[in-house]
Amino acid sequence: MSALGLLLSLGYLGPALLFPGALTHLLGLGVLALVALGRADPRARALALTFLTLGFTLSLWKSGNTLGLIGLVGVLVALTTLPRIPLWIRALLGLAILLVSVPLAGFANTFIFELGIQIGIYAAMALGLNVVVGMAGLLDLGYAAFFAVGAYTWAIFGSPQARNFLQGNFPLPGEYMYLFMLVAIVTTAFTGLLIGFPALRLRGDYLAIVTLGLGEVVRILANNLDHPINFTNGPQGITPVERPPIDWFRDLTAALGLGLDRTTDYQLFFYLLVLLIIGIVVLVNLNLANSRFGRAWTAIREDEIAARSMGIPLFPTKLIAFMTGAAFSGAMGVIFAAQRTFVSPESFTLLASITILAMVILGGMGSIPGAILGAAALTILNLDLLKTFSEFVRTNLPQIPSQVDPAKYERLVFGLVLVLMMIFRPQGLIPERRHRAEMEEA
Amino acid sequence: MLEQVLILLPQVVFDGLVLGFVYAMVALGYTMVYGVLELINFAHAEIFMIGAVVGVEVFRYLAPHLGSGYLVLLLALVLGGLIAGLTAILVERFAYRPLRKRGTTNRLVPLVTAIGVSFILQDLVRLIQGLWHNEFFLRMRTLEDLEGAFELFGGLVFVQTKALILIAVSLAMLLGLTYLVNRTKLGVAIRAVAQDLQTASLMGIDPDRVISRTFLVGGSLGGVAGVLFALQYTTITPYVGFLPGLKAFTAAVLGGIGNIPGAMLGGLVLGQLENFFGTYLPILTAGNFGTEYKDLVAFLILVFILLLRPQGLLGQVVREKV
Repeated sequence: MSALGLLLSLGYLGPALLFPGALTHLLGLGVLALVALGRADPRARALALTFLTLGFTLSLWKSGNTLGLIGLVGVLVALTTLPRIPLWIRALLGLAILLVSVPLAGFANTFIFELGIQIGIYAAMALGLNVVVGMAGLLDLGYAAFFAVGAYTWAIFGSPQARNFLQGNFPLPGEYMYLFMLVAIVTTAFTGLLIGFPALRLRGDYLAIVTLGLGEVVRILANNLDHPINFTNGPQGITPVERPPIDWFRDLTAALGLGLDRTTDYQLFFYLLVLLIIGIVVLVNLNLANSRFGRAWTAIREDEIAARSMGIPLFPTKLIAFMTGAAFSGAMGVIFAAQRTFVSPESFTLLASITILAMVILGGMGSIPGAILGAAALTILNLDLLKTFSEFVRTNLPQIPSQVDPAKYERLVFGLVLVLMMIFRPQGLIPERRHRAEMEEA
Repeated sequence: MLEQVLILLPQVVFDGLVLGFVYAMVALGYTMVYGVLELINFAHAEIFMIGAVVGVEVFRYLAPHLGSGYLVLLLALVLGGLIAGLTAILVERFAYRPLRKRGTTNRLVPLVTAIGVSFILQDLVRLIQGLWHNEFFLRMRTLEDLEGAFELFGGLVFVQTKALILIAVSLAMLLGLTYLVNRTKLGVAIRAVAQDLQTASLMGIDPDRVISRTFLVGGSLGGVAGVLFALQYTTITPYVGFLPGLKAFTAAVLGGIGNIPGAMLGGLVLGQLENFFGTYLPILTAGNFGTEYKDLVAFLILVFILLLRPQGLLGQVVREKV
């Protein structure tokens, strides 16, 4: 079995080199499934994964077909979840995928950078929500509100918008974005306090519905605070939002021999920035899980009354979870605003909140690789798979009416995924140990 | 300004009453399901929407063939209630029952399923309407004999016939439901299951059947509310259920969720408050804050009620056993 997987993954290099494209990627995904699910010697498996990475990278680089990105995400997941692969191989291969394969593919097809950045932003937010829902067990249906607060914090001051109500020299120069990530952490944590203070006295479903309502309140405010004083510019949104200057980054890449053009330089920069932030977020998450707070959150999640009897102060502990999760989202909001140079209330609807929640739940509540996988899966589904499928339908089956365009049915597919997941695998794709035990017990 | 407020007041109260009855009818669906399953059935908002869409279609196709607008409306109410009720049963059968059979204790799982179902229904209706009419923005056909209006109190209140019909039909439905729950065998079974599902099943009640019928009753009520909503507010899209659904849930919580008279009271109170703020905010703030903030009021009320009286206006405190 292990020899077959190894042989196939080595053989995959051939088609990857000769016929790069969607079909080859599908083949690769099949081989990947075989390697990951079949019983294999860990060393052979590590080697097979290396070959597959090489294959996916080659084919992605040559064809730019985004299915290959799913393959790379798959390899990453395999690396984080499969047992007994030596740590140095995990680390080396993981870094190679993130720092070499994806950028290489991005030069072939800049959309892959865009996809990578969006996955990264959502993954960081999913990790933030993971603290709230996964660790502390507080159901938050208004999480996008914090994302909005973060995004508007920078959008208002990083654009001429602030001139409407403040004296001074606006937009602030792009370097201030870094400072505003800190500011956003404070403003969103404060918003978390404001929302959490009334909401967290409630439990379960009531908490869900109140956070949903307050999330809507933030969206209504963003939509309507263009009068009497124009803070948010209403439904039109704010544009252009300043980006940080990256001359040093251009010099650095030029010194490394990478010729960047006007479209790819910012893409690569934001991609690397998001990667860096995810790294930090994961570290913070790991430390939180093992901290005094993390244990208190788990205790509250498992049994609130028992936790209280053991002397854990319920309300402040929950509030801290809420504020921590909010802060993650706020920092990502700033990046989101700068990367797209545009912010509007459209991005912060209930659908956004639920999408982020679904990432956490699909991936497996409380699990860090799960949250990242969930973010990757849903972002690729929404931004790429349905759109690609739409294009396929439009070019190959033009007689089908435009009303059936698959890209318009994001919610339908999303809803089906949610319902089927809850029926067949409620513990998520990569469940955390304790959650898995809980679900199996039931 | 005070004079302006007072002149408008009777009209505001009347319009608030109409809106309140719509919320009350939808809130009952939430409350019944919550009473029996302790599930916030998010998909109920889409059941309401399906009722509205059926209403539009019945008016579109039957109005030219039938002489009387009242007959068309009667058919629309019956069909809307029926189709919405059947959809609710299907949703229960294929989405919620498998979860119940599995016996998941995690409260998140059914909630996420409900959200998923709600998305599926929205886009399915959009798909069907898209294929059928090549658009999914629907407008209710206006029928002359339902469009009559008259003035009361020397022109202070402008009353439309259809608003009166809405109030009459919803009152009848609400009274019917109260009778059903308090006086009939099915009502006793529903209350028994709501009390304690396990014990009820030991007493020879088939919980699946009772739950199915609860969804049928709640769903039809939502469907009827949808038809009346379409008649009153005329523009319908597949996404029209979300806000009224959320408000109706607020109303159910306001009254004390699981409590049937509470849901009616909550609906009426919320309708009044929302209409009050919607009309008077622009006047009182000299146009600085417009009608769009009325939704904000509903959510803020929800938060305040839950803070001050978490069990709702008519709810009872449930003590947790340790």
